[in-house]
Amino acid sequence: MELFLIFISAALVNNFVLAYFLGICPFIGVSNKISSAFSMGLATTFVMTITAIVSWLLFNLILVPYNLEFLQIPSFILVIASLVQFVEMFIKKVSQPLYRALGIFLPLITTNCAILGLALFASMREYTFIESIIFGVGAGVGFILALVLMAGIREELELADVPKAFQGAPITLIVAGILALAFMGFAGMI
Amino acid sequence: MKKQVTLSKEFLKGLWDINPIFKQVLGMCPTLAVTVSAINGIAMGLATTFVLVCASLLISTIRKLIPTQVRIASFIVIIATFVTIVDLVMKAKFPELSKALGPFIPLIVVNCLILGRQEAFASKSKPLRALLDALGNGAGFLLALFVLGGIREIIGSRTLLGFQVMPNGFEPWLIMILPAGAFLTLGLLLGFANLYTGRRDRFEKEALQAQYRSVGKEAVFQNDPSEKS
Repeated sequence: MELFLIFISAALVNNFVLAYFLGICPFIGVSNKISSAFSMGLATTFVMTITAIVSWLLFNLILVPYNLEFLQIPSFILVIASLVQFVEMFIKKVSQPLYRALGIFLPLITTNCAILGLALFASMREYTFIESIIFGVGAGVGFILALVLMAGIREELELADVPKAFQGAPITLIVAGILALAFMGFAGMI
Repeated sequence: MKKQVTLSKEFLKGLWDINPIFKQVLGMCPTLAVTVSAINGIAMGLATTFVLVCASLLISTIRKLIPTQVRIASFIVIIATFVTIVDLVMKAKFPELSKALGPFIPLIVVNCLILGRQEAFASKSKPLRALLDALGNGAGFLLALFVLGGIREIIGSRTLLGFQVMPNGFEPWLIMILPAGAFLTLGLLLGFANLYTGRRDRFEKEALQAQYRSVGKEAVFQNDPSEKS
């Protein structure tokens, strides 16, 4: 039950994008088409889950026993950077079209605050190993959800008559605001 | 590099022309998350500026030593070092502020603004120029954060920097201090910034057009490549 609550909390109530503002760059950058939004979400979820595992091991088995907690930020970011590199090579090998569709945003997962934020939140809240994994998966699912919802809305928005000054980022942010309002409806669940 | 750009221009461009928030739309995560109040915005802006300035200075000094293949990783490690310094200092000196900003101080590492400036500017420029560019961009970031935080604080909790500015009869809009308010405010601000720039450009163009017309060179103007925009 505890684990289920962590999952729901990370995916819906405290959605990383819409409640914590983590991962806004890809949220605005890749949310033009549902298909690329979904694959970006999947790649991010994958990296998130592995990051949750590796960063927990790193933090609790290496940094804490040797009193090296102050190295948390550089070590986490190095782990994430190498993981992203790995995922990039993997996707390039397995699916060329997907690789081309994700383009520049794949390496940019490194600088996706959602990933580092996940690792930091998990160590800050002192989650156990299993809890960290569930937290990672939940946050990833929430990320996919937000990204795909946004992409769906933006596909419709293409046809709408938006004032010139508000086209692009401004209208996207306003729509995100309305989405965030909608997600507040989940607040009563926990 | 661009020799024609004067040093003061290098600094001033960050304030508006390439303002990180309003023009480049970089570094959104901390911008949206911490601007519940103006003071948080200022703290975040200062911390980011510090990291940006130190990293730019160091990276442009050693830019010839960093191999191109591993430059991103090197930038990140340098940035992470300075962020750790800021994080530890904040925890020791301003524990309350550090708590209010939560994980967003460590998250300066992944602020696209900082990495973006290193990649686009510091790694190709002399230290002095990189320093001015970093200061300008940091100031622009700080300004945007302060404006956003100020608006949200005034409407959302009736105060500015902790002092009450709105009368008691004004019912605070709760939405402004909630996440949704951040998105809406920033979206509107960006829109108005575009509106302003668009109008200014049009006026400039019209003034230029009138000038050309007065000297009878309209034909020249119509072939002006800048017309495309």
